[in-house]
Amino acid sequence: MHEWALAEAVVATARRFAQEQKLHEVTLIKVRLGELQRIEREIFTAVLQQLLQQEAAPLKSARLSIEIESARFRCRLCAREWSLDETSASPEECEAIHFIPEMAHVYLRCLDCSSPDFEIVQGRGVWLAGLEGM
Amino acid sequence: MDPRSAIIPKRMESVRRIIAVAAGKGGVGKSSIACGLALALHDLGYGVGLLDLDFYGPSAHVILGVREDIRPQEEYGILPPTVDGIKFMSLVYYASEHPVPLRGLDLTNALIELLAITCWGPLDFLIIDMPPGLGEATLDLIRLLPRAEFLVVTTPSRVALATVRKLIELLKQQRVSLLGVLLNMQHADSSSLVISLEVPLLEALPFDPQWEAALGDRARLVRTLVYGRLREVAQKIQKIII
Repeated sequence: MHEWALAEAVVATARRFAQEQKLHEVTLIKVRLGELQRIEREIFTAVLQQLLQQEAAPLKSARLSIEIESARFRCRLCAREWSLDETSASPEECEAIHFIPEMAHVYLRCLDCSSPDFEIVQGRGVWLAGLEGM
Repeated sequence: MDPRSAIIPKRMESVRRIIAVAAGKGGVGKSSIACGLALALHDLGYGVGLLDLDFYGPSAHVILGVREDIRPQEEYGILPPTVDGIKFMSLVYYASEHPVPLRGLDLTNALIELLAITCWGPLDFLIIDMPPGLGEATLDLIRLLPRAEFLVVTTPSRVALATVRKLIELLKQQRVSLLGVLLNMQHADSSSLVISLEVPLLEALPFDPQWEAALGDRARLVRTLVYGRLREVAQKIQKIII
């Protein structure tokens, strides 16, 4: 599963941040999953926990807080805003967006003017939202 | 904080050399040279990957004749399918033949995602087919893969030389490793034009009408004059130590 690769990225970034901040123990890792990428929270949590078990201090005992951020889009031509719920895409198109969220510009269109030139305002993909520790 | 960039060095840790095939403008044969060089290095016995980063005009899949039903497999990331012995990765697996209208930030995001999730495994050479010019992809590659060596392609046209001069100036300013220049579609005495670029001329390739007829067919591609010359380039590159 390619979620593993993204979870590895989260752990690598958390490890680097903890080193930079000289944290002896990271107590909480906060992750936001953008709705657009359609990553299952349960799967991502399980993968992250597995990776953290393989870590030494300071990450080994970190708890996880994983939230889903809803996806919002804004058309650059007509300024229309919409959510992912309002769009329709085939399973194959959703799978392409799952791997590369920017494929949204290939398969989704502005609901008013059909332009592919829109901004992904929020909810794109995996984001390390914060770390707590001492 | 975006976590993806932090994992890119790990994705590349088993890749011995990264060669970005770049050009100042489109239409100079960059993708053909990237594909031909990848084939030539593979034929010399090396483990080779090919990454098509020309998101707006991908063409390496056409040159290599990648079947439409081929898709990357998932296993702790994305595994590039092996095409004619070369591990090949491209956005066309996800966009098919649809246009990919990406603005700068979206292009950067797609590029980072691709580099972060693609698991190349051990490779002697990763050849990157770059988009033309000095835009996001070139700047991102310099930032994300600082050990990439650039192979610059131009034709003898004054238009191409004017643009490639700017690319070379940028690469030198950024202290990027420059393997040299490939002069494509050479005509009589045109090699001397490259001297003004102040970068070693690796090879001058003739215009080869057989290449177009051989597109998509590896067995025919390797019988072309251009492939023969690219094999010489591959032999030179394997000896260059940056």
